[in-house]
Parts: sequence; structure tokens; C-alpha cells
Amino acid sequence: MHSRSRWLLPATVLLTTASLTAACGGGGSASSSSGGKVTLRVSTFGKFGYTDLYTQYMKDHPNVTVVETAEGDLGKYNTQLIQRIAAGSGAGDVVAIEEGQVVNFLQSADKFVNLQKFGSNELKDNWLPWKYTNATTADGKTTIGLGTDVGGLAMCYRKDLFEKAGLPTDRVEVGKLWPTWDDYIATGQKYQAGIKDPKAKFVDSATNTYNSILMQSGDHTYFDKSNALVIESNPAVKSAWDESLKMVDTGLSAKLKAFSPEWNAGFKNGSFATLACPAWMTGYIKDQAGAANTGKWDITTVPGGGGNWGGSWLGVPTQSKHQKEAVELAKFLTTGQSQLAAFKAAGNLPSNPKLYSEAALKDAKNEYFNDAPVGELFVAGAANLKPVYLGAKNQPVRDAVENAMRSVEGGQRSAADGWSEAVKAATKAAK
Amino acid sequence: MVSPFFLLFAVFGFFPLVYTAWVSTHDWSLLAGDQGFVGLGNYRELMADGDFWNAMLNTVAMFVIATVPQLVLAMVLAQLLNSRLRGATLWRMGILLPNVTSVAAVGIIFTMMLSRDFGLFNWLLGHVGVDPIAWQDHRWSSWLAISTMVDWRWTGYNALILLAALQSVPTEIYEAARIDGAKAWRTFWSITVPMLRPTLIFVSVVATIGGTQLFTEPLLFNPGANSIGGGTTGQFQTAAMYLIQQAFTGQRFGYAATVAWVLFLFIAVFSAVNVLLLRRIRSAE
Repeated sequence: MHSRSRWLLPATVLLTTASLTAACGGGGSASSSSGGKVTLRVSTFGKFGYTDLYTQYMKDHPNVTVVETAEGDLGKYNTQLIQRIAAGSGAGDVVAIEEGQVVNFLQSADKFVNLQKFGSNELKDNWLPWKYTNATTADGKTTIGLGTDVGGLAMCYRKDLFEKAGLPTDRVEVGKLWPTWDDYIATGQKYQAGIKDPKAKFVDSATNTYNSILMQSGDHTYFDKSNALVIESNPAVKSAWDESLKMVDTGLSAKLKAFSPEWNAGFKNGSFATLACPAWMTGYIKDQAGAANTGKWDITTVPGGGGNWGGSWLGVPTQSKHQKEAVELAKFLTTGQSQLAAFKAAGNLPSNPKLYSEAALKDAKNEYFNDAPVGELFVAGAANLKPVYLGAKNQPVRDAVENAMRSVEGGQRSAADGWSEAVKAATKAAK
Repeated sequence: MVSPFFLLFAVFGFFPLVYTAWVSTHDWSLLAGDQGFVGLGNYRELMADGDFWNAMLNTVAMFVIATVPQLVLAMVLAQLLNSRLRGATLWRMGILLPNVTSVAAVGIIFTMMLSRDFGLFNWLLGHVGVDPIAWQDHRWSSWLAISTMVDWRWTGYNALILLAALQSVPTEIYEAARIDGAKAWRTFWSITVPMLRPTLIFVSVVATIGGTQLFTEPLLFNPGANSIGGGTTGQFQTAAMYLIQQAFTGQRFGYAATVAWVLFLFIAVFSAVNVLLLRRIRSAE
């Protein structure tokens, strides 16, 4: 035997084992308690800005350990959460419930701890009135979630790219460019003409703008309040659809799918210059664009004058083994002070109306976005935000319509075919 | 005494099959549970469901595109590994390495390399003057990309299994053939392939099951919102993805159970056809 082959075999085995072990890394840890110690798992999506709050809570409650699992994409998060709620295990002790999902969960309210049994009715005034009732069953007897944030709407833009394209850069001036979405598109055409770079587009994709326009128009979208699908009879849907596709026709879209790695990279690389941003998006932009781009992004008013997109609640699934402790944590995370802390950390707009007059919120500026007066931009309209009713099957229908829109954007379908596909797919998804 | 096999099969095989069949005859909501008996209603709906057939087409097409080159390549590799090589063990274990990599890692890395704006493949193609390809947007390119991921992981594994079979072919037969003056090609077709028949049947049945269950690669190939949709027009949504989409995004558990049963029947028939085809390979006499 060669001297070489004597170490060759062990080396190969080692190599193989190493890659095997590496492949098996990761995996979640279930909530557990030992010796009076309780581990609470919090499941969120996107960015909730709770890290410092957990530290504080664990300091005040030495017997509690808080672990957060966060999923980037909302659709994935929702699917996973439903799956775990249905399976009766695997969901966190405290879970974030997004606005598109709350109606769905209210239909199975028995899967969640009734927070009224833990005194949530006494805390009612800590939220905008609709924020509390929207997480309560129609008979008013069961409440499944405590409000976190609401989704005031603004427009985020790349100041440096605007300058390069010969557009105004001051946020007041920029806001004046687009009182309506048509003006926004006209500005986009000027941008494309000025920037002279086929890789730098005006907007990330059609779907993000589409959702913003849709959430601005009226008190319901795909479903009316009796949960009937009204995608064809609600003119708001079709007009939001048409308006967004105008941006594709005029070549303004970078055609990047929301929450894909390329979309994320686009924030850094200047693939697009504007993005309709609900308050919760500002934290996401900061994370993705990174410290190197500090001051390049700015925030101004959104075309069409405000709107409400997004916002969540915290609920406790009945499958949790530490319901009492979990409710305590959820209560803590949704107090006015905690909402303010989350606002500072992630930009999420509080749903507690008492905060709207407080200087800490009203006069808040966001350093990352050129000291944009986020307090003024988001808070001004917050008290007047109207809830939009989203049906129980909002998520699958939204997925279906967005997908059809992407197929038009990618050139696989004509706009007319795309729309009939959207209606067909939505009808199927609403079943 | 009941054999342990039957006990295990009853718990993990038979019961789920029957229960799934029962669920498939109901309108069953994921969260709200049983909403009533619908008989064969779900099956009727499924037979007329264009999206399901689209998913089946994708599954079968990707199975063919992935498996045929995979088995051919595995056969070639097995032949090469069966010849006298320096460091044979290193090579033999080396080709198995892709298989022990996590499928998630494979999916993520390949998807990054195939990214439209910043991917390695488009960068390379750019050097020879090809415009960036949006790999996810077209049927052909997405099929090709996903089949490549599958082959990258499984070719080596199949090659090893075929190699083991090759080594069990008695050398006397080859010697006799050589004495009779048979050329290498003739030896391969008249001795090697027939002797490998049981192994080829095994390998292709396993590939059939794997192919019809194809899920992770196409899912990871479509990162971001609505991964489960398999592209904007469902151009690479597989049957398994469609099943999950119906069950968990659509929350139609009964309908998803129907998809599962039809898929099960399909795999059974498909495997049977495969075995019949391979039986026709002439036995060694």
C-alpha cells in the first residue's frame, strides 16, 4: 500500500462527515421550562424592533428567557403560522398576527387565548378604537390580539439618484412633484430620461405600488364585509391594477420581486429610486441599504394623500404551555412606552393614540433618512387612519393577484390576459 | 405473531393512506376542520383543474429532463470508477459529496448563481455577449435550472449504486466474452446492462419517486413573495408544491388530500410502467 493512500481514506471520511454535520446545523428550539425558568418564543415577520425590549423584560423578569424567530417574507410567515396553529404545535408563545390574517384567525378564535380573560378590556384606550375591535370577534366576547403598529403611508426615495437625474431633492419639493399617482408616473418618466442608465429604474416593481394604491382606496379591497369576493365589482381593485401597470408600460419598473434577494440587493445598489413605504418599511430599508448608504434615502409624502397599509397584533395561541407568562409579555410589548421604543428601533408607527401628541413621537426625526421628520410624515395622518377590511382569504387572493401582475410585468402575459388570470386565480383562491 | 413490518406499515403507511382518502371526500378547512362530506366532488374538480395539470406537466417534464441525463451520466461514471484508478476511494467518496450537501444549500447557492442582475451565470454569459437571462421567467430556463440542481445532487449517488452492481458481475463472464472476441461496446450491451437490470430498476423507481416529489429545489429557486406559486405563470410549480399551496396557503385540506391521492396513484402507475419497460431489457443468458 502506498503511504499516500493510508491517510487518504481517513481524510476523505473526515471531509464527508464534516459536510454532513454542516448540513445538519440549525433547527429551532421549542419552548421549555426547567426549575421555574420559562422560555417564551416570539414569532414575528419583517422587523418589529423588539430586541432592546426583550433585554429589558428579561432583566425585570429573571425567570423568563425570550427568544425571537423572525421570518422576512410575510406570505411565508402567514402560511407557516396557519400551519402551526392548525397542527396544534410549533407556533410561538407570542405570535404576530398581520392585518391580512386577523379575520381568518377570528373565525377560529378558539385557537387563541381570549385576552379579555386577562383584562384586555381595561386596556382598551391604549389603542385606536378600531385597532382593538378589529382583533375582537363580532359578538365582542373574545379578543385575540393586542395592537402593535399601524401602517401610515409615505414615499421613500433616493436623494442622490434624484439629483443625478436632475430632479429636485428637497423632500417638500419632491412631495409637490406627485399629488396624484399619474404625477408620480410622469416624474418617473423624467427620472428615466435624466438618469440615462437602463439599470437604474424609478420604482422597484409594480406590486408594491399596487398594494399602496389599493390600500388607499376605500374601506375594503378584495372582499366586502360579508366576506364575498368583490374583485370584479370593486372598481378600486381594477383601477389600482391599471395605474400600477402604467409604470411597467412606461419602463419605470426594475421588475424585482418583493423580499427576494435581488430586491434586497437593489436597495444597496440603487436599482430603483423610489418605493412606497408604510412606516414599517423604513426599518427594512435601513437594514437592507446598510450603513454605507446613510443619508442617501429620504422620505416624503405619498401620492394620493396618505393611507393605511399593514400593522399587526400580538396574540397567544392556546397551544402555548406558558399562556399566562406569554400574555404578560404581549401586554408589555404593546404598552405605549414599548410602542415608542419599537418606533425608534424599526420605524413602526404606534397604534396608541395617546402617543400621537407626545413630542417624542410627533417631533421624531429619522437620522438614517437624512433626518426626515418621520413623526410629522406618519403621525399627522395616523389619528385619521381608517381601517381597511381584509377578508379571511385575503392572503391567498393577494398572492394570486400579485402573481398575475408579475406575469404581466415579466412580459409573459398581456395586461388584459393578466387581469382575467388575476380574476380567475383570485376566485379559485377565495374558495 | 404479527410481523413488526406489518405493524409499522399499518401505522405509518396504511393508516395515513386511508385517512387521507377519507379527508379527500370532505370539504375540509385547515383551521375550521371538517365542513361536510362532498363525495367525489374534490376529484371531479381536480380533474378539471388546469393548474393541477400544469403542475403535473412540469413535474413529468422536469423528471425526464433530470433523470435521463442523470442515469446515463451515472452509468458512465460507474464504468470509469470501476476501472483501475489511483486513489479510487477518494474518487468514489468524492462523487457522493454533492449528495450529502443539504438540499437547501444547493437550492440557495444555485439560485444565487442564476440571479438575473448579480448572478455568476449571467455574468459569464455577458462576456460572450448574451443579454442577462431572467432564469425564473421562462419555462425552458427554469426547467433546465431545476433539473441541473437535481442532477448535481443525485448523479454521484446513482453512480455509486451502479458501481456496486458492476462489481458484483462475475469476472468469468467478461473473460469468456473476451475469449469469444467480443468488443467493449458489445460486452457492455450484452453483459453489463442485462446484469445490472435489477439495479437499474431500483435506481429508476427511486428516481421516479424523487422526481414526482420534487419540491425544495423549485421552491428555493423562487425566493421572496409567493415562492410556492412556482413562477409568475406557474411555469415551474410541481405537483408537490401545488399540494402544499392548496393545503396551507389556500387552506383547503380536503382538496389537498385529493391531490395527494391522485399523485399516489400516478406514482404507482408510473413506477409500474417503468418496471415493465426495464423488464424488456434482454436478460443475460
